[in-house]
Amino acid sequence: MGVKRPDRRRFLKGGAQVAGGLTLGAVQPAFGQTPENPTFIKGNEELVLYGERSPFVTSMRMAHPPGGRPSPDAYGLYFHIAAPLQDSVGTITPSSLHFVGTTRGGFIPEIDPREHRLMIHGMVDRPLTFSMDDLKRLPSVTRPHFIECAGNRSRPQYETVQETHGMTSCAEWTGVLLSVLLKEAGVKAGGTWIVAEGREEVKGASSIPMEKAMDDCIVAYAMNGEAVRPQQGFPLRLLVPGFEGIFNSKYLRRVKVVDRYYMTYNDYGHLNRRDDAEGAALGMLIGPKSVITFPSGGQQLLDRGSYEISGLAWSGGGAISKVEVSTDGGRRWVDAQIQGTAHRMAHTRFTYQWTWDGQETELLSRATDETGQIQPSRAQIAEYFNVAVGRVPGMDNSIQPWRIANDGSVHNAIV
Amino acid sequence: MRSCSVFALAMLLAGSALAQSPTYGVGRTPTDEEIRAWDIAISPTGEELPPGSGTVEEGSLVYRRQCAACHGVNGQGAGAPRLVKPNAAPDADPWSLGRILPIRAPYATGVWDYINRGMPLNREGSLSADQVYALTAYLLNLNEVIPEDAVMDAESLPKVQMPNRHNFADLPDWSRGMQRLPGYPH
Repeated sequence: MGVKRPDRRRFLKGGAQVAGGLTLGAVQPAFGQTPENPTFIKGNEELVLYGERSPFVTSMRMAHPPGGRPSPDAYGLYFHIAAPLQDSVGTITPSSLHFVGTTRGGFIPEIDPREHRLMIHGMVDRPLTFSMDDLKRLPSVTRPHFIECAGNRSRPQYETVQETHGMTSCAEWTGVLLSVLLKEAGVKAGGTWIVAEGREEVKGASSIPMEKAMDDCIVAYAMNGEAVRPQQGFPLRLLVPGFEGIFNSKYLRRVKVVDRYYMTYNDYGHLNRRDDAEGAALGMLIGPKSVITFPSGGQQLLDRGSYEISGLAWSGGGAISKVEVSTDGGRRWVDAQIQGTAHRMAHTRFTYQWTWDGQETELLSRATDETGQIQPSRAQIAEYFNVAVGRVPGMDNSIQPWRIANDGSVHNAIV
Repeated sequence: MRSCSVFALAMLLAGSALAQSPTYGVGRTPTDEEIRAWDIAISPTGEELPPGSGTVEEGSLVYRRQCAACHGVNGQGAGAPRLVKPNAAPDADPWSLGRILPIRAPYATGVWDYINRGMPLNREGSLSADQVYALTAYLLNLNEVIPEDAVMDAESLPKVQMPNRHNFADLPDWSRGMQRLPGYPH
């Protein structure tokens, strides 16, 4: 911890002074170079040891929901931070910009990884305790997976895609498959659920069906090529691909094999009422879902002409198989191009080259996943469930329309 | 022939033993004490509940000292989440009383579990088992779930019938490649 945090304000001010010096002509070009040559970012220890982005790049996360209760609140009950999807490119969310969702555990524990242990116990033949070093001796997997908060809902009063969709992110996660650890411990007959528990102050615990635990859950110690960030569960996070965010337990310290659904505080807090089985089903698994990130609410088209429409698609059901785009408010749909490989339960980038004619219109995207589920419009949801337009049972995976005004400004067009 | 069948038997035993034995041999066996100390997940049947007991009156005292500053006197009126149900008609659907721990929780063991694992804020784990039983008794009585003379312990707590016990929708059984809702095209 001997490295001091760089002082961004001082840094920016220093840069401005150098730039000012150049324009005043105090620094003479040595070899007849033009005055447009850039100033230098002065090398320092921090930049040698751990790089920084350009001071001209200002993409930032924001508290979520906008205008809602303070985040974090005084009791650590509510700590939601949305990712700036409007600036996103590719499929990986930089770790510093990855969304954060924390309910009933808003304080970040500072955990020494040398002392951290993961215990597997309960209905197993051999209870086992793993150190971080132990886990890194076991066969690893590296997979891209999104995590999305159940509260990632578009609302008419939201302006930007960060507000409407910013509670999802995708990282490349590295760790040990939970199935490897469970097999190492030997699950006894009748062990049908696990309870996964974190080490934060409320020790949040979630129940997960054994079939999912044995399928593709990852005990992750790394994200995006480095250790999992503290806000994401350092030193160990459970990935439960495709399930709503709360299942992805941070600071994982314990997995207990049990013979029933425990209905913990974390579990029942997001369960639906008896007469809403459909909402319950649509709340557990995510998507299919997509959103255009450019052009999106709050952005501005400068002039008529060619633009690349770009967006993200994902589904808790598996890989994205198709994304369609409409540039005329949903009358005509065309296939967008999927960039690279569409991975299971991962953000998938789609693009479509479009010529804006300067007229008002609406841009929409619609994703289909490998199980054949198709992202619905809010009107289709209302018709299917016989509810008012805008009411979306379960997690909101409705189509997001962006209205392009005559002046090129872009607006949220949901109702 | 004989050696052959012995060999086959040995293979059979080895095969079944193989399915049960660890592949990598990495990790350490925790002691029973370590497991007991860590195992704070209380099931609906309460099998993990520790010895101890508490009354409503004892819980009232613990509440005043340890909880009221954040949760308010009588479970309301302060910044932390409300712990007492709002006024409602006696026949009101308990679901409509909101996400209040001692009312919404499907099992009374879950109330005990949450107080034990998560409270008081910044002093988690500082309450004794007796104090957690007493606080659970106090909060359940405050919400008219149990009578004033009830004593909560490992025997009585799992038997408490919570008002929302049968008010939750079932989750679908997850299987790989399943759609979210059968028949729903989206």
